Amino acid sequence: MAVKPIPREGDVRIPSGCAISAVMDKSGKRHDGSDILKSIALMHDRGNGLGGGFAAYGIYPEYKELYAFHIMYETHESRIQTEAYIDKYFMIEKQERIPTESVASIKNPPDIWRYFAAPHPMRLNMSGLDESEYTMRHVVHINSCIDGAFVASSGKNMGAFKGVGYPEDIGEFYRITDYSGWAWTAHGRFPTNTPGWWGGAHPFTLLNWSVVHNGEISSYDANRRYVEQFGYLCDLQTDTEVITYLFDLLSRRHGLSQEMAAHIMTAASWEEIDKMSPEDAEFETALRITYASALVNGPFSVILGSEEGLLALNDRLKLRALMVGEKGSMVYMASEQAAIEVVCPDAQNVRSIEGGVPFVVQLDEVAQRKMNESAENIAKETPLAHETGVLPPRRREATHA
Amino acid sequence: MLDHSLPKYRVYRDLEECSNCGVCIHSCSNGVHYKSADGVAIKADHKKCVNCLRCVVMCPENALAITEWPQVGVGSSNWTLGYMQDIAKQAQTGAVLLSSMGTPNSYPVYWDHLLLNASQVTNPSIDPLREPMETRVFLGSRPNMLKINERQRKVVSKMPPQLKMNVPVMFSAMSFGSVSLNTQKALAMAARELGTFFNSGEGGLHRDLEDYSDNTIVQVASGRFGVDPHYLNNAAAIEIKIGQGAKPGIGGHLPGEKVTAEVSGTRMIPQGSDAISPAPHHDIYSIEDLRQLIFSLKEATLYKKPVLVKIAAVHNAAAIASGMARAGADIIVIDGFRGGTGAAPKRIRDNVGIPIELALAAVDQRLRDESIRSTVSLVVSGSIRSSADIVRAIALGADAVSIGSAALIAVGCHQCGDCYRGRCNWGIATQDPNLTRRLHPESAAKRIVNLVRGWNKEIEEMMGGMGINSIDSLRGNRYMLRGVGLNKKELEILGVKHAGE
Repeated sequence: MAVKPIPREGDVRIPSGCAISAVMDKSGKRHDGSDILKSIALMHDRGNGLGGGFAAYGIYPEYKELYAFHIMYETHESRIQTEAYIDKYFMIEKQERIPTESVASIKNPPDIWRYFAAPHPMRLNMSGLDESEYTMRHVVHINSCIDGAFVASSGKNMGAFKGVGYPEDIGEFYRITDYSGWAWTAHGRFPTNTPGWWGGAHPFTLLNWSVVHNGEISSYDANRRYVEQFGYLCDLQTDTEVITYLFDLLSRRHGLSQEMAAHIMTAASWEEIDKMSPEDAEFETALRITYASALVNGPFSVILGSEEGLLALNDRLKLRALMVGEKGSMVYMASEQAAIEVVCPDAQNVRSIEGGVPFVVQLDEVAQRKMNESAENIAKETPLAHETGVLPPRRREATHA
Repeated sequence: MLDHSLPKYRVYRDLEECSNCGVCIHSCSNGVHYKSADGVAIKADHKKCVNCLRCVVMCPENALAITEWPQVGVGSSNWTLGYMQDIAKQAQTGAVLLSSMGTPNSYPVYWDHLLLNASQVTNPSIDPLREPMETRVFLGSRPNMLKINERQRKVVSKMPPQLKMNVPVMFSAMSFGSVSLNTQKALAMAARELGTFFNSGEGGLHRDLEDYSDNTIVQVASGRFGVDPHYLNNAAAIEIKIGQGAKPGIGGHLPGEKVTAEVSGTRMIPQGSDAISPAPHHDIYSIEDLRQLIFSLKEATLYKKPVLVKIAAVHNAAAIASGMARAGADIIVIDGFRGGTGAAPKRIRDNVGIPIELALAAVDQRLRDESIRSTVSLVVSGSIRSSADIVRAIALGADAVSIGSAALIAVGCHQCGDCYRGRCNWGIATQDPNLTRRLHPESAAKRIVNLVRGWNKEIEEMMGGMGINSIDSLRGNRYMLRGVGLNKKELEILGVKHAGE
């Protein structure tokens, strides 16, 4: 029987509410996925079964030098096409189906594979790009040009496990308790509409970044059109996607710290700046002027994961809940305090994250290293996307084009 | 020669209400109202009426109204009365038809086909009465990325000079000569009070305005009237005027009737002579020449002032604007074809150029395609009629707007379109001291300030409704717009979806 197709996420913009949660061990010790599973499961009612997922850091130590691509395929052809593409631009060390468990509530999952690969040295060299930019552009190319293929994650020693379903069922499906990582983030989604496919689930990832987000940003199109200038394609039309690209632009490309990137996205208000000393005001004003279109507006709470650790951020007016608690080297974050206490009943320092003030948790060794680094940012001189020709032609503004 | 032209308007006088006080006679510089031979009744010479409404507003008895001349056309949609009257006028004079203000023709106004969004359920609207709402805008060029020292919280790379505006509105260029000094004073005072800028236009800067230099943009146009180092340095920024929306392709027109002693001194031209600026700048025949002029001006002002370059919205505006950014313009100003003017050939005003909405959308998108939108500022003008038009313009991609006609309407202009004759009854587009004194700079400034403050409050309300608390998040946010009654091509150019999508 023919089924009338539902517009897929990416064809339409779908507002969502969500639950987010994260667990991290600052010492770098690895833990399995059972805590994060318990924490996100407690917030079952904040999702509606139309999206759930996890990001985990430190799960592939044996391949930590290689990019780990998690790719979902809807058709056999898309896999053939994608593998041929990856084979051309990367050297694949290992490829395999990601092990999954059948779960009654998870219907019609895509074929999910992972590849451990390094950029093809000659092609990388000729591209004029650095390794991460090269990888990013090819990932974006697969996502926007190969029908039925979606790269769920593309970082090193990390991976995203996501799909359509409640997060606890998705976790069981991917057997996340079989993996151990030093940081875990989770997302349970309440989309107002059916996302239609697994690529629309969260966390959204790019290279080592992963973002889980709760909210609906009102600055979406201003942010989207800003980052699209620099070769990002916002194909999914989600807030999470654009927030990830903003972090990537400001932090990876412009060389700013994640904390500074977050500060730019939730810039000091003019009212505050007017009360500052002239030197501070000059600094903040220059940031606001240069990065005016990177300001993120509207309600959001975000947990950013990366090889450095986690960063939590709330909008300037604090319109979304986000709690944090600590115990020893462990840090817990969640939309609800109960989701922290369910896994760590004696968590200390439990508090809500302040609006517009980034909360940064770094691995101890990263924090140590950063203290000795220069405080000046070093930008990567990246050729413009239209000069290298990896990306497809720019999408026209209106959907009619 | 027999004059074939008909009156355009008819003065209606309610004889039951009229007290024969004669205020209308004194109000009218065109000599419409006069005492009849018996010395009691007041009559009207309808043909002289331009519909400026000064007498209607001044009449203490509310006895006056201006109506259309009741003559019907011949019923042809082709040979309308308007076209036939124009031919009659030209057959008599053999001259180019002059006109003033924006085109009255019924071209599409795209602002009226763009609707704004508001938050419901999935995200909250923000209440401007209870939460901070930011409408401050900076204009100037800026680096694509900043080099900073995070620990010292200091900027390492140098920021180019910026114009700070507390409201996203500035005042369009209106020269001394085309408007009265009192009008310019009112605009300057209002700009200072509001924390924004007025623009000298191409007529030089009168010495009385030198106090307002922090709120002044001085213009360098093809006539170079009044331009010297003192002039350039007596301003916050310099604008190179390439073109004007009302008359793309030609230079400024100031009829000799308006060139009084004061105007002549400020412009550095002989009294009573027509001031017709050359159509092009004779040192700009191409984009690389523009770069030279931009940098000459920057050299002359020690790189302390941003340089604006203003063009009329024409067919290829997007490519031209991109070239202007690459030539070193800090701020790009695009003036749409519905914009006003003190004097322009009627055929040019009514037929040349494109609507600002389409030009703005195309320019903003092109600059983004070229990855340079964030390095320049974009200001648009040419018929901004309300705060909602400003919100639409910013959502389409402008940093700020510039208003001319709206500011003049605030101080009494009724868009009669007779500026070029220099008989403005409101004391705006005239140099006649008996008329200019009708416009008191202080009270006119107050009216302009009121207007812009009112608009700014409305902008805050609309932004708050969208869940946005900073104008930075509205800029280029086309998702906040939806088209109504537009075809696919129009939506594609505007980069917006249709309502319901």
